[in-house]
Amino acid sequence: MELLGLYNYWIVVFLMMAGFYVVIARGNLVKKIVGLNLFQTSVFILYISMGKVEGGTAPIVEKGITVYSNPLPHVLILTAIVVGVATTALGLALVVRIKEAYGTVEEDEIHRQDESL
Amino acid sequence: MLLSFLAVTAIAIVSLRDLFAVVMLFGIYSLLSASIFLVLDAVDVSFTEAAVGAGISTVLMLGTLALTARTEKKPAHLAWLPLLVVAITGAALIYGTLDMPRWGDANAPINQHVVPRYILGSLPETSVPNIVTAVLASYRGYDTLGEVTVIFTAGIGVMLLLGNGNSNRRRKKGGRKR
Repeated sequence: MELLGLYNYWIVVFLMMAGFYVVIARGNLVKKIVGLNLFQTSVFILYISMGKVEGGTAPIVEKGITVYSNPLPHVLILTAIVVGVATTALGLALVVRIKEAYGTVEEDEIHRQDESL
Repeated sequence: MLLSFLAVTAIAIVSLRDLFAVVMLFGIYSLLSASIFLVLDAVDVSFTEAAVGAGISTVLMLGTLALTARTEKKPAHLAWLPLLVVAITGAALIYGTLDMPRWGDANAPINQHVVPRYILGSLPETSVPNIVTAVLASYRGYDTLGEVTVIFTAGIGVMLLLGNGNSNRRRKKGGRKR
């Protein structure tokens, strides 16, 4: 029972590793970016899980409520989500540019073209 | 439980080769994580994730798919080395979680230090009932300024990459075509 309190973190580690695997093992650049986002969202869940307090409510001040969940991770992750979408947009723009220059978005084909130059 | 759904979606994303399905599943994944944030009391994070993660990211990815390829190439061989690296990293991280405070523990280090000060002080000091808003815009306003800088930089990057690309493409069409 004691270990059940770690279930959230284990799922986070699993999701993180799924994203990590996609990033390092798959050759398609769009899929790599999806993997990066997978990884990113798992980190968000890690932070928000840590900030949850048993019996607490959303951190909006209200009369009669004494226990709130931790607002600080929420703030940090709010910033991180928006920064995340900015990096995703930049990455996807790079992918489109690579497609224009090489005619493919598969990593091994790009390498082959570079070597044959 | 929602977290298990997330894990299943992640497995599907890893294994599927049809990129359109992958992007759609990624939208579902974002929406599921938004619901998890809601359950974990993070309402502001939840609607940001639903709007930005499930909405804008998915649209951006679909746009990229329209400009590039729809399906992923089949890999020549099963990648054992990445699998090994991932397994070792995952095992190390799981080992690391054993020392984590249990879920929902009010006495965890993360809930000490500056946080009680924010919870008690934000209403008298800023008169904003939402503590997240108070911390975001008032106590840690510089974070938001930095965030705006990052978005500005990313926006300029995207404009330079794609804007230039368009004029090049037009020039290329007249001359040689790849």
